[in-house]
Amino acid sequence: MVKLTINGRKITAEEGTTILYAARDNNIYIPTLCENEAVAPYGACRLCLVEIKTAKGRERLVTSCIYLVEEGLTVQTDTERIQRIRKMLLEFLLARCPESDVIKDLAKKVGVTKTRFVKQKGNNSCILCANCARTCEEVVGVAAISLARRGVERELTTPFNEDFSEVCIGCGSCAYSCPTGAISMEDKRGTRRIKWPHNKMEFKLKKCSVCGQYWAPEKQIEYIAKTSGTPLSDYDACPDCRE
Amino acid sequence: MAKLKSVGELETLRKSITGKRDPKKAVITVCNGTGCHAHGCKAVTVAFQDEVKKQKLQNTVDIRATGCHGFCERGPLVVIKPKDIFYQRVRVKDVPEILTETIGKGNVIERMLYTDRASGKKITCEHDVPFYKLQKRLVFGNNGLIDPTSIDDYLAVDGYAALAKALKMTPAAIIDEVKKAGLRGRGGGGFPTGNKWESTRQAKGKTKYVICNADEGDPGAYMDRSLVEGNPHSFLEGMIIGAYAIGANQGYIYIRNEYPLAVRHVHIAIEQAEASGLLGKNILGSGFNFDIKIQRGGGAFICGESTALMASLEGRVGEPRAKYIHTSDQGLWGQPTNLNNVETWANVPLIINNGADWYRQIGTANSKGTKIFSLVGNITNTGLVEVPMGITLREIIYDLGGGIPKGRKFKAVQTGGPSGGVIPESLLDLPVDFDELDKVGSMMGSGGMIVMDDKTCMVNIASYFVSFLEGESCGKCVPCREGLRQMKHILTGITEGRGKKGDIELLEELSATLVDASLCALGQQAPNPVLSTIKHFRDEYEAHINNKKCPAGVCNLEAVKVK
Repeated sequence: MVKLTINGRKITAEEGTTILYAARDNNIYIPTLCENEAVAPYGACRLCLVEIKTAKGRERLVTSCIYLVEEGLTVQTDTERIQRIRKMLLEFLLARCPESDVIKDLAKKVGVTKTRFVKQKGNNSCILCANCARTCEEVVGVAAISLARRGVERELTTPFNEDFSEVCIGCGSCAYSCPTGAISMEDKRGTRRIKWPHNKMEFKLKKCSVCGQYWAPEKQIEYIAKTSGTPLSDYDACPDCRE
Repeated sequence: MAKLKSVGELETLRKSITGKRDPKKAVITVCNGTGCHAHGCKAVTVAFQDEVKKQKLQNTVDIRATGCHGFCERGPLVVIKPKDIFYQRVRVKDVPEILTETIGKGNVIERMLYTDRASGKKITCEHDVPFYKLQKRLVFGNNGLIDPTSIDDYLAVDGYAALAKALKMTPAAIIDEVKKAGLRGRGGGGFPTGNKWESTRQAKGKTKYVICNADEGDPGAYMDRSLVEGNPHSFLEGMIIGAYAIGANQGYIYIRNEYPLAVRHVHIAIEQAEASGLLGKNILGSGFNFDIKIQRGGGAFICGESTALMASLEGRVGEPRAKYIHTSDQGLWGQPTNLNNVETWANVPLIINNGADWYRQIGTANSKGTKIFSLVGNITNTGLVEVPMGITLREIIYDLGGGIPKGRKFKAVQTGGPSGGVIPESLLDLPVDFDELDKVGSMMGSGGMIVMDDKTCMVNIASYFVSFLEGESCGKCVPCREGLRQMKHILTGITEGRGKKGDIELLEELSATLVDASLCALGQQAPNPVLSTIKHFRDEYEAHINNKKCPAGVCNLEAVKVK
């Protein structure tokens, strides 16, 4: 175990834990958008920046989602400097996604209600945190979507920017992992529709042989059967009706 | 070429190469750097070769297509050794005359000599030209002497002698020597090279890598390009020594694909070094194995950043990551990796050959050695200059650079590339080293120096650099991507007459966030051009915003007035 101080409170945390998780375990709030336990830390939204002082006395700003706890570390999560940074970052994001309720709420939480910057159109609520693409690659193991281009032209897209990703299984993990609701997923009349900010895809759902309910996209079931090495017939019935 | 199996064999080969060369025989060196290519040096070189045959002068004179001499402004450059006669702006039609008059009769042709601007006198020898006289060409000096595609030429100027010496030293002794020399990274960071080597050597891991960053990307900077094109063996030798000291058996050169000549020359150099037993298995019989692979970059500025470069080398998207775990511990493929740029590697053989004590004599207290700068913009002598650290900006711009052309006045100089800052006239006596440039809000960077005259609008300049960086930001982190977008929007607004009260303050506030919150140095340093122009030329911003006037007469602020 490692002993450290966060906002004056002495806490202990397991070695290898990030500052963010150590804070969370102790009910200390640090805002984040791009952090997701299911995937590797990324450090893109910068909202979780904290001020640290190491045991050796070195002071610096670090992203708490990446920096690991260490013995004798002193962490400040809510200094004036940190507040100033968070406010500006949220002004940036408000300009990027003026309609996003998640961003508006988070902004309000740090005391920002409007942005001084020029507002953009057409970004949906996508903040380019890559949670969707990272989940698809790291958790699902598919990499059906990805961020393309660089800088201000960066966008989430399917291969070749077409409304079709051959490898996408329609699992919807991207929609689950999106922090701002920029990706939507809807099951209706035997079809699943996934809408990304700039692309969309439809998937045929499989009907349960017992209860008749649609329960998962056919492509996803094929993928599960293939990766688990089980016969496709195992998935005729939905999990509820399966013996 | 047979593989050299020992240091003894290397020295024997060297003696046989130099023995065959008559030091009194005339050699016409024609600069074949990229700058001179633009002036037509290729045709001049071919004309010399043809004319020598025609006049049957093969036994009297050798023609050598060399690397960049640095004085790009006056190209194509021709220097006749051993007398060191310096001809500039040489045309194909001048070639027969040079051979008959200068080589045949020993006469100097006045017309092609350089005229000193200050005295109006013609100067005969290269080393007397002020542009060269005030330089200290340690790293760059051999460029003009050797054919970069000939390993014999490199061996003739004591090439690979440092490697031979290093292989007899212990790795720890080499690292100590580099540390003692005080060499700092020439790529922009200025981190002590020896310490970096030591960390990588001491890091846990069986496989270690060394990388040469040849992804030079700053607008107006081309010193690494000229080194790779003009003397590729020099930095290869540095890499081999570094790899031996660190304990790496694999190296990579990450090079810009937009530098075709550099890519070709480094390919040739590696093949030659492999064939000679200077790369590969059991180098010079020492038991040390080291290979180098070349990776061509895809044209992204951000891939000059070490972690982005390594991601790109691994075949992933070139984006930086947080460096809380140093690349010296976990770099390429998660293994301890040491990355230095071309110029840094090229300094290593000098230190090993001459010793740390010799090297330490050059430069300032905390910045040792020389630095190559590319002098571009509104400057009389455009070109590459290598000067000792600590020389003042005024000396570089006026004594070496010949001042501002067309009788205009100096206004500012941007050092350190797009992420550097502008330095006004009042700071021209600043000694140039890593720390002094940092102190005034600019930086050494990779050594670009863009000189601006009084016809330059500083708001427009800031806007230009911010636009460049906005286009080159990878877009991963919010402050850099969104902040630069907004910064560009505000700056464009000011230059187009839409500036409003509070814009300057907003730019300052925005800059502070980028400095604090950006993931990598690109975003952290991106506000430098804005902050430095505001600091030194705030009145120009105010004139644009309050009076809708561009004092330099560059910006068109009318668009808004008409409405």
